[in-house]
Amino acid sequence: MSLLEATLRAASVLAAFLVLPLLVGQAEHKVMAHMQGRLGPMYAGGFHGWAQLVADGVKFVQKEDITPRAADRWVFRLAPAVALIPYLLAMATIPIHPGVAAVDVPGSLVLVLAATSVGALGTLMAGWASGNKYALLGGLRAAAQLVSYELPIVLALASIAMAGGSLSLMALTQAWSPWWLLWQLPGGLVFLVAACAELQRPPFDMPVADAELVMGAWTEYTGLRFAFFLLAEYAGIVVMSLLFAVLWLGGWHGPFEDTLGWLWTLLKGFGVAVLVIWVRVAWPRLREDQLQRLAWLWLVPIALAQLLLTGAGVVMGW
Amino acid sequence: MSPLPGILKGLITTARTALRPTHTAEYPDVAPELPPRSRGVIALLEENCTSCMLCARECPDWCIYIDSHKETIPATTEGGRDRQRNVLDRFAIDFSLCMYCGICIEVCPFDALHWSPQFEYAEVDLLDLLHEKDRLAGWMASVPPPPALDEKAAEPAEIAAANRPARGAGPAGGAGGSGPRMPRTVRPRAAGSPRPDAGSPPPDAGSPPPDAGEASP
Repeated sequence: MSLLEATLRAASVLAAFLVLPLLVGQAEHKVMAHMQGRLGPMYAGGFHGWAQLVADGVKFVQKEDITPRAADRWVFRLAPAVALIPYLLAMATIPIHPGVAAVDVPGSLVLVLAATSVGALGTLMAGWASGNKYALLGGLRAAAQLVSYELPIVLALASIAMAGGSLSLMALTQAWSPWWLLWQLPGGLVFLVAACAELQRPPFDMPVADAELVMGAWTEYTGLRFAFFLLAEYAGIVVMSLLFAVLWLGGWHGPFEDTLGWLWTLLKGFGVAVLVIWVRVAWPRLREDQLQRLAWLWLVPIALAQLLLTGAGVVMGW
Repeated sequence: MSPLPGILKGLITTARTALRPTHTAEYPDVAPELPPRSRGVIALLEENCTSCMLCARECPDWCIYIDSHKETIPATTEGGRDRQRNVLDRFAIDFSLCMYCGICIEVCPFDALHWSPQFEYAEVDLLDLLHEKDRLAGWMASVPPPPALDEKAAEPAEIAAANRPARGAGPAGGAGGSGPRMPRTVRPRAAGSPRPDAGSPPPDAGSPPPDAGEASP
């Protein structure tokens, strides 16, 4: 790989990283508004408020960057980057077209898992370093939530890896067949629920629960650093949605996949993102104990059962 | 799995709402549809005002200011008496004090004050909310016509009074009296002469007078 090609790949991933979360964010504004009988943003940019998030970004840039005196300075300032950058890494490994991914490594599934786990550490760092009791409580809740929900995610992905016989996202998508829609359905549902929780999205947003904890670990953040946390959340939605679309919905598989494969991947991923938004609008926040109950009494057993089913299927050659 | 029906119900509800038209009123771009009795601002019909001061006196927070003077109207007939009438000099409502109770409108005996649904008269300075009679008169254009009566409502009092047959009218007087009847002004007869219908019995004494059914309610 020449230097030019590497630069091009990096630039394209960065562009996708900056555009796709904004698309999802705008979709959230509009979909949520209409689900609540509202119109959502209508003015910014002229046509149905398409530039609302750009305007929000400009606003965040103008705000003062405050570090509280009681904060652990370096950790506090580093936390948004720790939350944001792993999703950039994860996004780079996702195959969007037959044979096309920005970074195609043999163990990309493991890489994605590791990266998304690190992203969750950003919230923990922010909560610990803020010197604020709400932030600390939010960070602790985030820690408890991450410990509980990493496991179902890993188990669900392990089932896919077993079914496809590989740890490379590219090879797994290649191996996908429509039969997986039924065969891997329980694991897929577990992954969706656990991904929502991993991203701290409603109904699993206890770490940021603004009615109880102000804004949880993000309480003390202002300006661009706060915007980075928000961007990390939406980048996380993009990564998890694309991952689900690639592994469970077949990614580029569809009509004319040689030319339109990238479109199918993006459309499927966008559909999953809309589902994540829909879930956010429809359901209230869970209580902390309900969260743990759901993880350990439902998701982990279902994921283990899926693993058994997949194992049986692989051995019997389905 | 007891929570599952509720979870699905939540999804269905939000999806159904998303497919329906929204409730958002795009106010500055689209004028709001206000009900006809909206209490937006109080408009003044200056010609009807007699400067009787009833509104200013009844106003709970004294936000109506009225100045007037008397003018003498010379007699129109020879040897007649000059008459006096009030001329309105100033009529102002301080909308920074007004609490939109509508008592002034209720008490005005001459229908000089009216509710208008117009509400876009915000000012930067509180003191600029004292509006004089030219501004108040300008709002008369936005006063809607009075809303139609309900289907089974009673007749308005003045129409009912006009329709009521004259007291003491016999069968001749009330014949065919379903149409509106002009109020009587002067008795047409000289005093002392016998009434044409009161002295003589009605032509058909056996049947009840045709008026009876109308007069009883």
